[in-house]
Amino acid sequence: MAVASAPSALPLGKKKEFSQSYWSLVWYRFKKNKLGVLGGIFLIALYFLFVAVPEFVSPYALENRSNFVEAPPTPIRFVDQNGQFQAPFVYGLDRKIDQVKRLRTWVEDPQRKYPVKLFVQGDPYLLFGFIPANLHLFGIDADQREARLFIMGSDALGRDFFTRIMYGGRLSLMVGLIGQFLTLILGATLGVISGYYGGATDMFVQRFTEFLAAFPNIPLFMALSAAIPPFWSPISVYFMLTLILAFLGWGGLARQVRGLVLSLREREYALAARSFGAKDSRIMFRHLLPGTMSHVIVIATLSIPGMILAETALSWLGLGLRPPLTSWGTLLQDAATVRAIRFTPWLLWTVPPILFTVMTYNLLGDGLRDALDPYSGR
Amino acid sequence: MTPASETSQTDNILLEVKNLKKYFPIQKGLLRRTVGYVRAVDDVSLYLREGETLGLVGESGCGKTTASRCIIRLYEPTAGEIWFKSRVLSENGRPRRVNLVSLNRDEITKTREEIAMIFQDPINPLNPRMSVSDIIAEPMVIHGKYDPRHSEEVIVNLLQRVGLRPDHLRRYPHEFSGGQRQRIGIARALALNPRLVLCDEPVSALDVSIQAQTLNLLQDLQRDFNLSYIFVAHDLSVVQHISDRVAVMYVGKVVEVASSEALYQNPLHPYTEALLSSVPKADPKYRSSRIIMQGDVADPSNPPSGCYFHPRCRYAVDLCKQQAPEFRELKPDHWVSCHRAEELQLTGI
Ligand SMILES: Nc1ncnc2c1ncn2[C@@H]1O[C@H](COP(=O)(O)OP(=O)(O)OP(=O)(O)O)[C@@H](O)[C@H]1O
Ligand code: SF4
Ligand SMILES: [Mg+2]
Repeated sequence: MAVASAPSALPLGKKKEFSQSYWSLVWYRFKKNKLGVLGGIFLIALYFLFVAVPEFVSPYALENRSNFVEAPPTPIRFVDQNGQFQAPFVYGLDRKIDQVKRLRTWVEDPQRKYPVKLFVQGDPYLLFGFIPANLHLFGIDADQREARLFIMGSDALGRDFFTRIMYGGRLSLMVGLIGQFLTLILGATLGVISGYYGGATDMFVQRFTEFLAAFPNIPLFMALSAAIPPFWSPISVYFMLTLILAFLGWGGLARQVRGLVLSLREREYALAARSFGAKDSRIMFRHLLPGTMSHVIVIATLSIPGMILAETALSWLGLGLRPPLTSWGTLLQDAATVRAIRFTPWLLWTVPPILFTVMTYNLLGDGLRDALDPYSGR
Repeated sequence: MTPASETSQTDNILLEVKNLKKYFPIQKGLLRRTVGYVRAVDDVSLYLREGETLGLVGESGCGKTTASRCIIRLYEPTAGEIWFKSRVLSENGRPRRVNLVSLNRDEITKTREEIAMIFQDPINPLNPRMSVSDIIAEPMVIHGKYDPRHSEEVIVNLLQRVGLRPDHLRRYPHEFSGGQRQRIGIARALALNPRLVLCDEPVSALDVSIQAQTLNLLQDLQRDFNLSYIFVAHDLSVVQHISDRVAVMYVGKVVEVASSEALYQNPLHPYTEALLSSVPKADPKYRSSRIIMQGDVADPSNPPSGCYFHPRCRYAVDLCKQQAPEFRELKPDHWVSCHRAEELQLTGI
């Protein structure tokens, strides 16, 4: 009889180990995946630079126009004409008309030298949207208006293309994040409801996701984006686009969640919760959904690039964001002609950041997927 | 005519199940047409006195889990009444007899304070994402009785009461052994101070040595908290010492109910006798008397005619194939459904 009331007589795990929640185990496994961690770090850096502080990183303001139309990337020099080694500088640019090709070109004028500095004062901006500042990571002094630094060239209006890519990244990266967040909420909620209630609810949700999946996306998107009134402010258009992307994307996630919930529903902990009087909502959102969360996070991570690419592609087609909004998609439009690729190939600089983003998301997603099931190795 | 109405101590009755049925539809094809029913629980009547333990015994698949889940209304019964003397739904401070089957959702939720369940399998009923303290606190949270200041202490006390240590509070279910997990489940079941605990084979997944410990614990708790148990098990040896009365189930029906003493010493149903013959005995002289039942348990979706037990019964006669025996009170408080109950001299232990 006394056995039960003598705790010391109980078998207590052989090794003394500190308690680990599911998520701390996931984290432990994730940390061991170097590529995944690298992807995560790169992504954090990417979002910090492109979303939080592009104003600081880029040397100019987004709409700062100049006379230097379609100038190629400015070479940053360390050695002057006399072969002397110096602090980095750029030469001034002169316009020259190539009479044979009938083309405007830019040539360097070795007489004028402008030092390139770190932390220069320049165009004013609001850091994080509210702190007035005018410091830029690098550039040439703002009082030297006659010279410009275009590390990735300039566009047809003489704007620094590097600056535009930095600002464009903000919208494109945020589309991915916000869009996927909405997808996640929509997909997870409908998926868990569909899986938990089954029957007619399930039938309806399933047929609806199939309908969305079967419908050709581009025409659907054209119809939806045509429905956005043209007089809407750019920011409303932006959020509408995000909503549309989320609306088109939740189906896959909902199906995955539903499948997982179907298997978890039979797990007795849902039944146990019910036996103590838990309401449906508590069982769904406290017990079933958390069980699918690890999957959902991986799926979501791996499909953010798809959302970013969708924005890019649609904006490139002229169906998504439109100027004056600047995203990677609208920037790619600048490079959409043969003429642009022939004469202003630097406008293709938009591509590497897109590729890089997609790659880092995939690295992170793969890392998370491997860390997903920490019990598998036990 | 139910077992309870025959007894003198009707006042004492905490739970009375009358003609409980649960049929699961068998659906086939694309349109999910119902082609038949699994009669998992088929006309079960039981009662339970306050502070008593009723053992519910039968082979795997005979409907024990289904019956207990119907009682707590995790499953909607197909038919029947479940009368429960509820304090939560009391009338002028006096406990009220309510029919759980006809209560609405809110009322059912309230009665869950008084009726708790311990599950068969020690692992799955515990959410792996929740710490022990969250798991034990959950019933309190659900019923709005969780208070961050006092409940922590209550939980620690419960934990110690079931033989776990306070430092187990922040751990997760996978860090415990099967027996310890079952104790967590027991602590959770006690969190709301229930009066009736449905124990669905709480020990059958555990090691034999742990089984005894857990049974002792359950008995101690019953005494300390004045609990009534319905104790499900698939063999009679487990419930022998813990039960005041025992009901034997076969293919969805109760075939015999009696006080433990009467049932173990003078079984009246051949199936009970067969189950008893496999209970390990102290005296080796009786070892050879084990009755091997031929054939398998009947299929509850397609039960045999007459007495469901007749294909396996050594005493079966023609009548058994044709006519189902009536469930009757052969001796005081000893109920049985067998045509030949009077004439047979069955051996107990
Ligand atoms: N949800 C369900 N749907 C359909 N049939 C079911 C369901 N649950 C149980 N059954 C059937 O009902 C019968 C009784 O099952 P139940 O789980 O109650 O048996 P049990 O006595 O608890 O057995 P065990 O000792 O194996 O736990 C079985 O034939 C089973 O197949
Ligand atoms: S009724 Fe017949 S078959 Fe059924 S248990 Fe009694 S003797 Fe056996
Ligand atoms: Mg069972």
